[in-house]
Amino acid sequence: MNLETIITHSPALIVAVPLLGAFLTPLVGKINDKLRNVFVILTVGLTTFFVFLLANDIFSSGNIRTYVFGGGTPITDGGFAIRILFEVDGLNAFMAIIASILALACVIYSWAFMKENTGLDKYYTLILLMVAGMFGMILTGDMFNFFVFLEITSISSCVLIAFWTNKGKAVDAGFKYIVISATGALFILFAIAILYSQYNALNMAFLANSIQYTFLDKIALVLLIAGLAMKAGIVPMHMWLPDAYGRAPSSVTLILVGATQVSLYGVLRMTFTLYGSQLTIPLKQIGDTSITMNGLLGITLIALALITILVGVLMALKQTDFKRLIAFAAVGEIGYIVLAIGAGLTAMGTSYGNMAFRGGIFHIINDALDVGLLFLVAGAIYYATKQTSLNQMGGLSRNMKYTTVFFLIGLLAVAGMPPMNGFASKLLIYQSTYQVNPIIAIVAILCSILLLAVFVKVFHSAFLGPKLPKFKDVKDVPKSMLLAMGIIACFIIFFGLFPEFVVNNLVKPAADAIINNTNYITTVIGGAVP
Amino acid sequence: MISIYDFIETLTTDSGFWNPLIWGVAIVIAFLIVYIIRGFGNKGYKKETEQTKVFLSGNPEYKEEKMHVKASNLYWGFTESLKWVYKVLDKMHTGNVSDYVLWFVIIMGTLFIILGVI
Repeated sequence: MNLETIITHSPALIVAVPLLGAFLTPLVGKINDKLRNVFVILTVGLTTFFVFLLANDIFSSGNIRTYVFGGGTPITDGGFAIRILFEVDGLNAFMAIIASILALACVIYSWAFMKENTGLDKYYTLILLMVAGMFGMILTGDMFNFFVFLEITSISSCVLIAFWTNKGKAVDAGFKYIVISATGALFILFAIAILYSQYNALNMAFLANSIQYTFLDKIALVLLIAGLAMKAGIVPMHMWLPDAYGRAPSSVTLILVGATQVSLYGVLRMTFTLYGSQLTIPLKQIGDTSITMNGLLGITLIALALITILVGVLMALKQTDFKRLIAFAAVGEIGYIVLAIGAGLTAMGTSYGNMAFRGGIFHIINDALDVGLLFLVAGAIYYATKQTSLNQMGGLSRNMKYTTVFFLIGLLAVAGMPPMNGFASKLLIYQSTYQVNPIIAIVAILCSILLLAVFVKVFHSAFLGPKLPKFKDVKDVPKSMLLAMGIIACFIIFFGLFPEFVVNNLVKPAADAIINNTNYITTVIGGAVP
Repeated sequence: MISIYDFIETLTTDSGFWNPLIWGVAIVIAFLIVYIIRGFGNKGYKKETEQTKVFLSGNPEYKEEKMHVKASNLYWGFTESLKWVYKVLDKMHTGNVSDYVLWFVIIMGTLFIILGVI
C-alpha cells in the first residue's frame, strides 16, 4: 500500500478509525485500563496522522479530493455518483486540523485528569464517537449525512457534559444541551427536507449548482443559519454554552470548543457553498442602491457579532466561576469570527473583504487553541485544588509553575496581545472591519481590551497573592496534563511567531474555498448542468 | 518545498504589517533601555528590612491570606457604573431552557423578516 492509496482513502479513514475505535474501546477496557488509554491515544493519533496527510496533500496541490462510498455507480446525467460522498477542500482540511489537535490533546489530558472516575470505558467510547461525528460533519459533501453526524456529535456531547452525574448541575447542563441541540437539529432537518423536495438531491455540490433562491430556498437558508448559529453559541442563542462548558469535565470542554467551531463551519459551508452563487445577485432596487443578499446577510451578521462580543465580554467580567468566565469569553471570541465573516460578506469582492475572511478563518483556529488551553488550565486547577470559584483561589503560581506559564500564554493569546496568535488574526479583523465602518473596529478593539482585563482578574485572583494555607500541599498536575497543555501552547506560539506562514499555507486555501465555490461544485458534477 | 524564508515573512495587510520577530527585537531593545534606566536608581533598597514592610496608614497589617483581593471585589467600580447593563443581561440569562428556545425562535423570526421578506 503506497502513500497515494492512503491519502485517497484518508477521508473515509478519518471517520472510520475513531468510529471503530469507539466500539472497540469497551472491549480493550476489559483487559486493562492503561491498555485502553493507550489504545484511545493511538486511535486518535492515527486519525490525526491521516488528517495531516490529507491536509498536506490538499494544501500543497490545491486540489479538492472526493471520496464516493460504495462505488461509482449509478451515475447521473451530469456525471456524478448518486452516493454519499465526502468532499475535502481547503476549508474542510483546515477544520479537520483543528478537530484533530483538540481531540489529541483531549485524550492525552484525560489520562490523568479522569483517572479517579469510574465508567471510563463509556467516557472514552463517547469521546471517540464525538470525534468521529465532528470529522463526519467536516468532511461530508452530503446534506443528510451532515445531519446524521451532527446528531452523533450532539448526543455524545450531551452525555459527556452530564458525565459527572454526581453533580446535579452537570445533568441539568446536559439536559439543556440536548434540548437546544435537538431543536436546532430539527430545523436543520426541516431545511434539508425543503431542499430535497425542490431539487430531488442531497449532494451539496449538486444543490449549490441547482439552487434558484426561491422563497422556499430562503426559508431553508434561514433555518440552516439559525440552527447552526445556535450550536455555534451566537448571542442571544448562546445561553446553553456557559452551562455546558462550565459543567463538563475540562477535557470534554476542549472537544466541545471544537464542536462549536464545526457548527460555525456548517454556517460557512451552507452560506458560501450552497448559496454562494446567489450571494451577489441583486434582490431589490431602492433608488440607485441595489440590495444584495451578501450585503443584507453581512450587516445582519455584523449586528449579531457585535452583540455577541459585547455580551460575552461583559458577562465574563462579572463571573467568579473560572470555567463559566472562560465560557463567556469564548462566546465573545466567537463574535470576532462572525464579525469577520459579516464584514467579508458586506465587502465581498474587495481586497479588504478577502482580508476579513482570512482574519475570520485564522481566528477560528486561534480561538479553538486559546480558549481550549484556558479550559485545560481551569481543569488543572480543579484537579489540584478541587476549586472552580475564583474567590476561593490565590497564590497558585507558587505551587503550579508550569500551569501558570500555560495560563499566561492562553491569557495573552485570547486577549490578542502580541506576539501571540490572537493578535495576528485580530489585526486582520480590525483592519478589514475598519474599512467597513470604523466604529465597528473601535468596539472590537475596546472589547479585546476588556477581555484582557477579564483574564488579568483571573491571573490576579487565582495565581498571584500570598500562598494560602489550604493550598500549601498543592502540587503541579501530572505530566500527561502538562503535555496536553504544552501541545496546544506550542501551536499557539508557532502560529503567533509565524503568522504569514500560517496565513499563506493554511488560512488562504480555506478562505479561497469560501470565496469561490465553483471548484467545489465542478469537482463533483464536472460543471455539467444535470 | 517550504524554505526558512517562508517562516520569517511579514504578515501584510492593506494598510500595515506585522512581524513578531521585528517586534521581539524591539522588545529586547526596550528592556535594555529599561535596564539601563534602572541602573540610575536609588541603591539604598534593602531586602527584608523595615523599609519593605507594608504600611496601611498606621493600621495593623492583616494576615497574608487576608490581604489578597478576591475576584468578586475586582472591577467593582466598573460593574457598579454599568449596573443598568448588568440588570438587563442578568434578566436575559434566566437559566431556563424554555427561554433559550424562545430566543432561538426570536432570532429565526428576525432572520425570516430580513432574508425571507426583503
